[in-house]
Amino acid sequence: MQGTSSTARTLHGRSLPLLVHVLKSVENLGVSYVKGTELYQSKLEAEIRRLKFSYRESLEDEYEPRRKDHISHFILRLAYCQSEDLRRWFIQQEMDLLRFRFSILPKDKIQSFLQDSHLHFEAISEEEKNLREQEIIASSTSLGGPKLELEYVYKIPFADALDLFRGRKVYLENGFAYVPLKDIVAIILNEFRAKLSKALALTARSLPAVQSDERLQPLLNHLSHSYIGQDYSIQGNAGKISLDQIDSLSTKSFPPCMRQLHKALRENHHLRHGGRMQYGLFLKGIGLTLEQALQFWKQEFIKGKMDPDKFDKGYSYNIRHSFGKEGKRTDYTPFSCLKIILTNPPSQGDYHGCPFRHSDPELLKQKLQSYKITPGGISQILDLVKGTHYQVACQKYFEMTHNVDDCGFSLNHPNQFFVESQRVLNGGKDIKKESIPPETPQPKQSAQKTKNASSALASLNSSLEMDMEGLEDYFSE
Amino acid sequence: MEPFDPAELPELLKLYYRRLFPYAQYYRWLNYGGVVKNYFQHREFSFTLKDDIYIRYQSFNNQSDLEKEMQKMNPYKIDIGAVYSHRPNQHNTVKLGAFQAQEKELVFDIDMTDYDDVRRCCSSADICSKCWTLMTMAIRIIDRALKEDFGFKHRLWVYSGRRGVHCWVCDESVRKLSSAVRSGIVEYLSLVKGGQDVKKKVHLSENVHPFVRKSISIIKKYFEGYALVGQDILENKESWDKILALVPETMHNDLQQNFQKHHSSLQRWEYLKKAASQCPSNIKNEKCGPWLEWEIMLQYCFPRLDINVSKGINHLLKSPFSVHPKTGRISVPIDLQKVDQFDPFAVPTISSICHELDAIFTSEAEKEENQAESDIKHRTRDYKKTSLAPYVKVFEQFLENLDKSRKGELLKKSGTMRETKMNYTKMNSLPCLPAYWKY
Repeated sequence: MQGTSSTARTLHGRSLPLLVHVLKSVENLGVSYVKGTELYQSKLEAEIRRLKFSYRESLEDEYEPRRKDHISHFILRLAYCQSEDLRRWFIQQEMDLLRFRFSILPKDKIQSFLQDSHLHFEAISEEEKNLREQEIIASSTSLGGPKLELEYVYKIPFADALDLFRGRKVYLENGFAYVPLKDIVAIILNEFRAKLSKALALTARSLPAVQSDERLQPLLNHLSHSYIGQDYSIQGNAGKISLDQIDSLSTKSFPPCMRQLHKALRENHHLRHGGRMQYGLFLKGIGLTLEQALQFWKQEFIKGKMDPDKFDKGYSYNIRHSFGKEGKRTDYTPFSCLKIILTNPPSQGDYHGCPFRHSDPELLKQKLQSYKITPGGISQILDLVKGTHYQVACQKYFEMTHNVDDCGFSLNHPNQFFVESQRVLNGGKDIKKESIPPETPQPKQSAQKTKNASSALASLNSSLEMDMEGLEDYFSE
Repeated sequence: MEPFDPAELPELLKLYYRRLFPYAQYYRWLNYGGVVKNYFQHREFSFTLKDDIYIRYQSFNNQSDLEKEMQKMNPYKIDIGAVYSHRPNQHNTVKLGAFQAQEKELVFDIDMTDYDDVRRCCSSADICSKCWTLMTMAIRIIDRALKEDFGFKHRLWVYSGRRGVHCWVCDESVRKLSSAVRSGIVEYLSLVKGGQDVKKKVHLSENVHPFVRKSISIIKKYFEGYALVGQDILENKESWDKILALVPETMHNDLQQNFQKHHSSLQRWEYLKKAASQCPSNIKNEKCGPWLEWEIMLQYCFPRLDINVSKGINHLLKSPFSVHPKTGRISVPIDLQKVDQFDPFAVPTISSICHELDAIFTSEAEKEENQAESDIKHRTRDYKKTSLAPYVKVFEQFLENLDKSRKGELLKKSGTMRETKMNYTKMNSLPCLPAYWKY
């Protein structure tokens, strides 16, 4: 990688997360809307504009953002090259984004793009087209009828059009393929995919060298797991939930992952470490205070015949730790969907993870049936799961349980699910504050350090022992 | 022609490799003008010796080295392989994984055995003048496509010595093609799909690609003579039942009845054509027009390629001017200008040309006093006195064309090559699409 120091220094928390955000939007939209349709295009354009992502024809003042775009891409390669799953996701989103950007490229700019990308494509002249009109029409399945005058046709060396000529889907003459515009996109995308795939493999091989660079290490380790956006660690809603609301909230407003954790906790009076982390941080995010949390867990564990002293010695320390009251005193943030889906898969006896990702489809079906989801809804959800669109499946669950056609948000975080659910159930107002007096006196909350988006990069998995403080300073300007 | 006796091979080959094999032209071919260093030296040859001893990874330093080794080993068969990263005969000394096949001609192998389901005269390794037309059509169809569609200029067609033909495409850019592209080319050239369990092997879509259309035009020129007269494919019930298997069942009764009424394959075919092009009202999705007729013609006449021969860069193929150990015939180049007249049974055998040479030699030796002297003097021109001569001439024409092309390329390449590098200072003139995927 070139110029790593200047790269890192000029990196706002904005540009890296921005690109991941864009890619996530691309993914979500790609599932919700048929790609290529007008609706998809307009939604995608709106989303990109909302994110202020530079995508249009370059102008002088767009130089900086586009440079950052390039730099971000290279850094994302480092983050996403590390596993087959991540690579596949990254390539798919980048391809969809490229396809979209190509589709909005004005026709006269296509030629310069092709030239600049060292693709030996030339649009042929009208006369050349007319000479071969019959043959081109007879060869290309993408052309509907004799409307060749309106189409650009490109002359490319046959070897560059392998996927087209092998199936005789293009006209060949003297070593050149005469490719209509629609088919050119397919070729470019193939080239792109092949090159990016190779590049990612290469990146993965050079990763050890890059990882030894201290400045990049923490960034890389957490980037692909980092949730970009609201991290639900700001506890403006602290103290608004009372413990006896939790049971009903779990069926009404909890996402399935937390619903099943709560149920398991109530039934077994115990949860293993992974479940305690995922659920405990979620509860913190919906507004439980440290005191409430201690009480909540202790009450439940004691029912499981645990010794109260043992709880105080062992588990209470961990709960305080996750609230930032022990050790490094980092205030851990609740896990995002991506983090739950991609890391720490559950084993036998675990109840954490994402049910859409980690449950056997049969069991998932049963679970959804027990939640009284309609058979139609269940089959839609299962289809989405089959297509690995776990978060969209959860959105579907939201829509079915809240009786809405469109959940109206792009699901990224279990706490987001909760907030949106409360919004729907309370008619847009904030979480209703129960008039039950709190069980324990609420100490004044210490002022939370205001975190901007770059702190999302600092969200830690408790099993990772990395000192993030230096990195935060590095990124703040 | 002198009858060929395989038992005589060792003696015949000795003479052949000493006096008749066209080493100079052969070397001129595989050396490709000496433009690329060690191109010939890194070429793999394989020899099959007497008693089926097979040795791979043979390579030679130059023409004289090649001659000496061939004369020493007296191979029954010679195969040509790829140009490797190192000398093949030293491949054991190369670090594991470093010895790689890098370039090779694009080759095709068309074998008469692959047509057994559609020829009535012969089967398996047998051929006759009636079914040889299949090879004629194959050469015409494939060669046209290689030349006009793919733009390949240097195509050498060779008789395999028994039941088929080979094609060697030797253009510089073609020798560098990847395995994937080679497979793609074979796919483009393939229309007959399916093994023994598949009855109907050709299905045309409504959109007929120019390649298919042009191939059908070629077949049409030969179809009557080959299929309707020579093969007589509609001669009797047994034979026309096979054709009926390729048309919709609803047409069978009508065709059967009318076939009985007619007296020749020609007449029956005319009837079938008419019936096939009419719109069958009771069959959904059936196209109205000549598609059915074309599908039958293609199944009976279109070339059948072996993809495995063509796709591998390291695949070994029988060398031109090699001898076929079973038939004794020399693998000779085919003159494309006279492809219709090519007669595999007129191709010289090793015994016949040795015999011819003997006759000449005896008469000349009577004039010379020193036998060894006359040996050397005449060696390079000996083949010219035999029936091998015209075939070597075809080969030489092919080599001339290669030379001409090479000279033309060298002139072009002496122009400067530009290389654009991605430069951030120029970014504001770039279109908006990300160029980072170039890297």
